[in-house]
Amino acid sequence: MLQINDLTVAYSNVPVFTDLSVNFSPGKITGIIGPNGAGKSTLIKGTLGLVRRSGNATLNGTAINRVRQKIAYVEQRAALDLTFPISVFEVVLTGTYGKLGLFKSPGRKEKELATDALKQVNLSEFKNRQIGELSGGQLQRVFVARAIVQQADVVILDEPFVGIDMKSEEEIMNVLRGWRDAGKTIIVVHHDLNKVAAYFDELLIMNHGVIDHGPVATVYTQENMARAFSADLSAVLFNKRAGA
Amino acid sequence: MTSIVEFLHALGHYNFLQSALMAAIMVGIMSGIIGSFIILRGMSLMGDAISHSVLPGVAVAYMLGVNLMIGATTFGVIAALLIGFVASNSKLKNDTAIGIVFSAFFALGFILISMAESSTNLHHILFGNVLAVSDSDLLSTFVVLAIVIVFVFALFKELQITSFDEVFAKSYGLNTSIIHYGLMIILTLVTVSALQTVGIILIVAMLITPAATAFLWTNRLVYMLFVSSGVGAVASIVGLYLSYTMNWASGPAIVLVAAIIFLISFVIAPKQGILAKLGVKNVKKA
Repeated sequence: MLQINDLTVAYSNVPVFTDLSVNFSPGKITGIIGPNGAGKSTLIKGTLGLVRRSGNATLNGTAINRVRQKIAYVEQRAALDLTFPISVFEVVLTGTYGKLGLFKSPGRKEKELATDALKQVNLSEFKNRQIGELSGGQLQRVFVARAIVQQADVVILDEPFVGIDMKSEEEIMNVLRGWRDAGKTIIVVHHDLNKVAAYFDELLIMNHGVIDHGPVATVYTQENMARAFSADLSAVLFNKRAGA
Repeated sequence: MTSIVEFLHALGHYNFLQSALMAAIMVGIMSGIIGSFIILRGMSLMGDAISHSVLPGVAVAYMLGVNLMIGATTFGVIAALLIGFVASNSKLKNDTAIGIVFSAFFALGFILISMAESSTNLHHILFGNVLAVSDSDLLSTFVVLAIVIVFVFALFKELQITSFDEVFAKSYGLNTSIIHYGLMIILTLVTVSALQTVGIILIVAMLITPAATAFLWTNRLVYMLFVSSGVGAVASIVGLYLSYTMNWASGPAIVLVAAIIFLISFVIAPKQGILAKLGVKNVKKA
């Protein structure tokens, strides 16, 4: 189980959230939703120690820093330089670097893993393409393939469905469901509220802290969404007239 | 104009010319390799900063009578640390911190060198004098080339992933700061080696231009390293030939040849050159 205890993250002395505690269970796909600026991505970065934070995060009782190879992180794509001289296959192969450690190069075993992962996301024919030659959806599948070769117990994806086609979205969801069925812990930062019920087993609803956390059927309510988004979303999300 | 045959003849007779050619080729190769990582990491300005910041180190080492490499590396690393410190402890952006630190170091170095040496030597440090390469210079250049090759070979995947996707590298637990500062140390070593061939002012051109040229020709990092070091070596050979035959300063001659190779590549490179882009436009119109 991934446990986050009393996590506090601040940017320029302005706290994004304070003393946030939450547990993520294995064998579940958990969606993290909330308005822009609610701290969803910051929660992920704080958990992984990618930003300054206080509090701690553990996986099955061990500090995250000591079990990093058991966690795969698929970050938002926007920050990457897509002109970088690297092929699709090479990007997927970088998923093996964590377990290889320093000074060792990927061998036959690692290359087979990468080949299999590309097959799983239906991108084998693109393996020699430079990554900038792919569409947004294909690119996202490449990063999911990289997470596959990491063979992690926990997979965290930050807005994986932004700007991608339906085919890619469905293929990524199929991979996530496969991971879930294999007992992995899957966490997805997500913004499209219409797909919440279809995609996730559990939800963490945030707005500078936890609004609610639990099974979708229990926590995905008009009240919680109104609290998180400071607006009545019932007409949009629950097919009801506002205020009814 | 002295012909190539005469240049080759002189090369066979004069030790100083042989040493100059070997030093220039080695510097071309090492700056091509390290320069590839510098431009891919968006650190061209940092390369410029480090190369200028070694000047006070060279001066202090000269005054104390210690190896120039030690003084230069010390000041290069101090500059890299200071730039990181200023950028992360203020609202200032990285390029602003670089501008402040390297200009201050360069100014300090200029004054120290002026106090320690004659203006002729300062000119050589700033613009290079490859024809005065000694045997010990040649040896130290060879050692630095070996260090560069071993560093890149041993840490290729770490350099690749921190250049492409640093957040991912951090997420699996790689200490990206060590890779960054390791690269800065190697960069200062390359800079000092290049002092005599192209000089402090122009070393940044040898770091950036061959690597940028290679970037236009290939989509694979490994090939980019080979093409970049090849362009660096060819520019060094042709530049040295021009320097010897036309009596030009070696640094500017080498850098100009590198720039001409870039210009040609900019026009004809198959994927990213101007001609290729015109071809794509014509296909779209058809």
